[in-house]
Amino acid sequence: MPETNGTNGSAAGNGAGSGDGNGNGGGQKKLATVLADAKAVQTRAVEELKETVKAPEKTDVWKSILRVKHDETPRSRALGVLSNVFLHLHPAKINRDAVAYDYTWGMGGMTFFVYITLVFTGTLLMFYYHPSKVVAFRDILYLESDVPFGKLLRNMHRWGAHLMVIMVELHMFRVYLTGSYKKPREFNWVVGVLLLVLTLLLSFTGYLLPDDQLGFWAVTVGTNMARATPLLGHDGPFGAQMGMTAFNDVRFGLLGGSIVDSNALLRAYIWHCVAIPIIASLFMIVHFWRVRKDGGISGPAPMMLESEIKEPKKV
Amino acid sequence: MAAVLGTLSVNLLMFLRFFYPRALYEPKVKFRIGYPSDFGFGVDTKFQNQYRIWVVRNTEGVFVISAICTHLGCTPDWKASENKFKCPCHGSGYDPEGINFEGPAPRPMDRAHVELDPEGQIVVDLSHVYRWPKGEPSQFNDPGAIIRA
Repeated sequence: MPETNGTNGSAAGNGAGSGDGNGNGGGQKKLATVLADAKAVQTRAVEELKETVKAPEKTDVWKSILRVKHDETPRSRALGVLSNVFLHLHPAKINRDAVAYDYTWGMGGMTFFVYITLVFTGTLLMFYYHPSKVVAFRDILYLESDVPFGKLLRNMHRWGAHLMVIMVELHMFRVYLTGSYKKPREFNWVVGVLLLVLTLLLSFTGYLLPDDQLGFWAVTVGTNMARATPLLGHDGPFGAQMGMTAFNDVRFGLLGGSIVDSNALLRAYIWHCVAIPIIASLFMIVHFWRVRKDGGISGPAPMMLESEIKEPKKV
Repeated sequence: MAAVLGTLSVNLLMFLRFFYPRALYEPKVKFRIGYPSDFGFGVDTKFQNQYRIWVVRNTEGVFVISAICTHLGCTPDWKASENKFKCPCHGSGYDPEGINFEGPAPRPMDRAHVELDPEGQIVVDLSHVYRWPKGEPSQFNDPGAIIRA
């Protein structure tokens, strides 16, 4: 940038007012050039802006983000799906009969949608909830009565959780009825069963968090069942022979104590908000990936419309 | 390979051990509740909130019931008008001495170890309980299960 520097230097000399005519004249000439250049840049920018508004898909920004030109051709549509990180888990093409709602009930997809809703509302609830015996229940009352939209969020989370359990079970029922657990989908059925268990665990750990009478006694009852675990529970078969007591068995490990207290509340919170959602998300990725790898959503045999039937070629 | 697997298994054991704390901050299990003469005939619920026990006197003496339902661990309510304990969770019922007679409870409620200190006050130890499992001999008459005074 020597030109700019020179201009600046001359202007500074001019400002000093020492009467250097030469320097003054040169400065004005250079200033005019710069102004002309600026005007040219401005004109070009306006033209480019007009072009951008007219055809935004031709700009470099557009191309770098979207990459694939969206033509109405099977190839560009497939590329559009494949080159998108959010869509690429989906198959690029599916059989139209495979997504008939009277066959799939749409339950898997809707369960995932409810899960996303729960993650979102749950994260928002975390901004106001402290997992401590002193304030947990107070925070719930605060959310219910004072936080803007707190009651809406809490109820979306609560009813969404109930809905998710129901939907997972309906999804499983559909898969069972349509025989979609059969070869080659046995593995995905097992992943699905694990996801059902994880959903129930999410539901159960969320139960304690309001720290109200309902949740407290529900978790007391639930974890007391763990006492009766064979070998690992102190009231279970062979528990005593394994040296289990109320202070070293599996229930103690779940609660972080021999009673449902502050450690249990904190543990339920961490399992509910961090650990189980991560594990469940990983299994969901595997589940959706396998749906695709096992030949897409299972469905009735592909059907052809009469208009699509082509005459066989005569040799 | 063996080294990697070994390291991972040791890490897993450490991970599991992490969930078993050494120090606990739980309510006291050994405490004083007063003199035997403080407790009249029948069920006394004044220590239910503080220690989760009931003090009962019958014709034989004074004993302490641990207020934990033997079904799944809720706290039953003392229903004075019906002269029984009733668990709100699944409906187990116990007579005034804690003997189950209705609902899913598998055995009578446990009784805590009791003894008199030199001053003559009752010392309760909830870490040492007496049971009467179904089909097995009752421990309720063992020394320490009841104060015959």
